[in-house]
Amino acid sequence: MDKTLPSLAAAVAGIEDGMTVMIGGFGGSGAPIELIHALIDRFIATGHPKDLTVVNNNAGNGHVGLAALIEQGMVRRLICSFPRSADPVVFTERYLAGQIELELVPQGTLAERIRAGGAGIPAFYTPTSFGTDLAAGKPVEVFEGRPYVRERWLKADYALVKAHLGDRLGNLTYRMAARNFNPLMCMAARVTIAQVSRIVEPGGIDPESVITPGIFVQGVVAVPDPAQEEDLNRAKAVYPKVQA
Amino acid sequence: MTDKLTPTQIAWRAAQDIADGAYVNLGIGFPEMVARFQPPGREAIFHTENGILGFGEAPPAGQEDWDLINAGKKAVTLKPGTAFFHHADSFAMVRGGHLDVAILGAYEVAENGDLANWSTGPKGVPAVGGAMDLVHGAKRVAVITEHVTKDGKPKLVKACSLPLTGVACVTRVYTSLAVIDIEGGRFLLREKLPSLTVAALQALTGSELHLTGPVADLIVPEL
Repeated sequence: MDKTLPSLAAAVAGIEDGMTVMIGGFGGSGAPIELIHALIDRFIATGHPKDLTVVNNNAGNGHVGLAALIEQGMVRRLICSFPRSADPVVFTERYLAGQIELELVPQGTLAERIRAGGAGIPAFYTPTSFGTDLAAGKPVEVFEGRPYVRERWLKADYALVKAHLGDRLGNLTYRMAARNFNPLMCMAARVTIAQVSRIVEPGGIDPESVITPGIFVQGVVAVPDPAQEEDLNRAKAVYPKVQA
Repeated sequence: MTDKLTPTQIAWRAAQDIADGAYVNLGIGFPEMVARFQPPGREAIFHTENGILGFGEAPPAGQEDWDLINAGKKAVTLKPGTAFFHHADSFAMVRGGHLDVAILGAYEVAENGDLANWSTGPKGVPAVGGAMDLVHGAKRVAVITEHVTKDGKPKLVKACSLPLTGVACVTRVYTSLAVIDIEGGRFLLREKLPSLTVAALQALTGSELHLTGPVADLIVPEL
């Protein structure tokens, strides 16, 4: 078994128009910037994929990563908890112009819906959002005297995640708080592609330290020294670079 | 113009009620300041939604590690005993009743404990983050806020006019003028600035302030 992939282009080659794609990260930490940029490169070269539904906690920052994906017009619908950032102009303009749909989900509900999708649980009840606009139309049931809102699982065709170490079997570790949604998204997608800072031999990750077991991962691609969204934004980077 | 506490002073006052050993989540922005004023001898463990327990204060400029941030996307630091976890575990801590205190900001708080702090209405981009989970998860939900809006309108009201974050969830409000508990669907005045009469405070509050005992002076150091 060897899940390593030869290039970023090969890693994103299977993503088709209209698919649901989970993209890991919380703000810039854990965001697979290089995988997202490879998807943009493919769109610029071929016009595909487009009409994507993207699941992420946020809606991008500046003009790189998820924001750049939205700026290219590749995203029809976004499922997220917090579409604000230091520089949210790309999403904000499209949203206010009616060019992108938004499904706003409380952050813990978003995480649990993704976990449920990966765990084979079609629905669950949560106290979160009871009595608010975000519970509109959802069934409510009382347990032990307290009302709970029913929420559905969330699954995806693809998950693009950023990990730290990976092996050819797909076992992954993460770096500090870059873990966030990534392990959950690995579980909830039909195909999970992980960009990793370093590929190690099987056994190179202590079994006690594996965070995502390889069964949840279909592809691993090496991206040494991955970019941090925050650094790119401080340098006022735009992707793709505008040709002079 | 009446004297009032600065946001830093409101944060200081809220910090005095955090017990030794408490697990605490601070909302993004203004509530983050509460962490700076832990009373000596007490150790609280701070939780951030994006998967850290027990983080330390901001690093010096230039020494940020952008894989080590809080829910406000600001850089934080490691401390001995820091733990990392994924988002589902993070919100299990929240919803599962494991957090002792959440301290959040507010647009409006109603006398029954309803909180509005995520949407200012249909214009603009809505953003909820973890607020709706926190208000129904933490054992105690407190709010820190200016007593009135920039236009001078009460933020403590009979019923919220803005979209709700949670129903009957807030039990204590620390404002720029007073400390007010919410019990039995009523605002109970506990502390107020000594320079302010109860009548003057009532005039700045959108629903009745009840007095069930002596009202203490709200005294906060210059910070």
